[in-house]
Amino acid sequence: MYGYRGKILRINLDDKSIKKEDLNMEWAKAYLGGRGLATKYFYEEVDPMVDALSKENKLIIATGPLSGTPTPTGGRYMVITKSPLTDTIASSNSGGRWGAELKFAGYDMIILEGKSDTPVYIDIQDDQVEIKNADHLWGQVVSKTTELLNKEVGEKSKILTIGPAGEKLSRIASVMNDVDRAAGRSGVGAVMGSKNVKAISVRGTTKPEVHDKEALKEVVSTMNKQIKDNGVTGEGLPTYGTAVLVNIINELGAFPTNNFQTGVFDKAEEISGETLAEKYLVKRTGCYGCPIACGRHCKVDDLEAGGPEYETIWGFGADCGVSDLGNIIKANYWCNEMGLDTISASTTIAAGMELYQRGLIKDDELDGTPLEFGNSDAIIEWTKKMGLREGLGDKLAEGSYRLGESYGAADVSMAVKKQELPAYDPRGIQGQGLAYATSNRGGCHVRAYLISPEVLGLPEKLDRFELDGKPQWVKTFQDLTASIDSLGLCLFTSFAMGAGDYAAMYNPVAGTDHTADSILETGDRIWNIERLFNMKAGLKKEDDTLPKRLLKEALPEGGSKDRLALLDQMLPEYYQLRGWDESGVPTESKLKELGV
Amino acid sequence: MKLTIKLFATLREGRGKILEDEYPADTTPKDILASLKIEEKDVAILLVNGVDGELDKPLNDGDTLSIFPPVGGG
Repeated sequence: MYGYRGKILRINLDDKSIKKEDLNMEWAKAYLGGRGLATKYFYEEVDPMVDALSKENKLIIATGPLSGTPTPTGGRYMVITKSPLTDTIASSNSGGRWGAELKFAGYDMIILEGKSDTPVYIDIQDDQVEIKNADHLWGQVVSKTTELLNKEVGEKSKILTIGPAGEKLSRIASVMNDVDRAAGRSGVGAVMGSKNVKAISVRGTTKPEVHDKEALKEVVSTMNKQIKDNGVTGEGLPTYGTAVLVNIINELGAFPTNNFQTGVFDKAEEISGETLAEKYLVKRTGCYGCPIACGRHCKVDDLEAGGPEYETIWGFGADCGVSDLGNIIKANYWCNEMGLDTISASTTIAAGMELYQRGLIKDDELDGTPLEFGNSDAIIEWTKKMGLREGLGDKLAEGSYRLGESYGAADVSMAVKKQELPAYDPRGIQGQGLAYATSNRGGCHVRAYLISPEVLGLPEKLDRFELDGKPQWVKTFQDLTASIDSLGLCLFTSFAMGAGDYAAMYNPVAGTDHTADSILETGDRIWNIERLFNMKAGLKKEDDTLPKRLLKEALPEGGSKDRLALLDQMLPEYYQLRGWDESGVPTESKLKELGV
Repeated sequence: MKLTIKLFATLREGRGKILEDEYPADTTPKDILASLKIEEKDVAILLVNGVDGELDKPLNDGDTLSIFPPVGGG
């Protein structure tokens, strides 16, 4: 067994049974691992129409074949389940050290089934696995839970946990690990909470076997050099972290401001990566096996904590009209403590601010903290209340779509498939709009990061307003990303690597004979099985769209002035390239070709 | 003519953030890079008034030139 550990931990919370099963290697061959392989298991085992918060839903936590190996960034894991936010397949991805540790304990994935009648946590120490009482942890924030568990099970254990938001079934709750890393999106933390599982601690002491150590050593050295020599991964990300994008996207006029009412934030400099580095940065941090180290540790007043990332700075900053970077750092901290997705939490507050602006949310609902654009106290107070479901926080915890709907104004939700959009206005970056609309998990930038060619010029520079060729770029990026996720690597490696490089790393680890083409074809297979799940879950072509504002209201100012998202002109070609029919349904022949 | 030059990330070191000055007519982004001692290979993104600019295309009075080194994120 090379790369993989060959074992699944299947934990049934109804009868508290723990089984160790052999990994289905036929499926692993077709779907790699992580996101792809877990989705295959999920597709075979769970009814797509299941209520996401019922005990019939399952939660899979999966590593990839490269997780825990010497490959650069090989420390990631994914959470696969049906999302309570989008009702699509969810696949949230996180770094840190927990994923590699699960691999060292001897498991490729964990499948949680059923529902415990009382709060529990799961402790894994190599082959010793126990379900333990978590009454004393229930209600604790993430850092406290981690501290208490480390005292209980050992300082060397890595801790994955939900915060109060997951316990209270917030549809935008994340699964956290290593205190401040997050499998953030799609409400995966609520599914864990619905099963009454507070945390999973893991300690492992053996490493996965590698097929050809010498060949791997050589390719890892080449890839590390490629990463170091690349301007983005070798200098830009290590120096400024992801937040350096603030000024770039704002200069393009595609920096969504005041809930996407404009694309220019006149105080962008105050919340930029440059300002973060100058005023708040304490140190850089890296995940397991990462030569990039884009993570930040910042200090404001007496608070020192991980983050914030670009998306979070944008969400609590420009999208809420807030220029106080200190308070943005604090709001980020509270998201991590509550176990809330920073993109969805911040943009749900922005949607709440627009409801207040429209006069739909009234002052008497706001406990003295008005939801006004620009109110830097509101982003902290309402994040805390959202995590605890206090007052209006109860509605905010449902995400922006359901919040807007409760006031008869779902159009304030800047979301795709009910999941909030991230920090790039597709009116100014057309390919990214198609990527948002067709993402299998709803509004998301990391199913296909078209910003790379359309803005950063990697691997080549594309005109961001042009439509020609974008459907093919979106498909290729979606397929490649699906494979990168499934291998267990960080998407940031793709700034410096192509499909062939991933094959070159996977082959000596697992003894396979992949090529650039077969890596992309595998991604296509993964994309199609996700799509098939979503179709069976009731999603339709009409769901492959963007918020009305982005299709109908032109940007009023800046470098993308007068632009709309021209989705309709790209979608039919995208379906065609995918081998889907006009309704966006994968054809029989396509599925046969891919062996789905 | 009057131009605004905005520098970002590492390009600010020793040069400042925003430079507003008078320049001769027909000044190009290439001329600006040379005057600031910025090598072309260190420029990843060059915008004129928020849209992709060309190195050899003369700028107009009142233009804003934004210059970024290779950076990225997500």
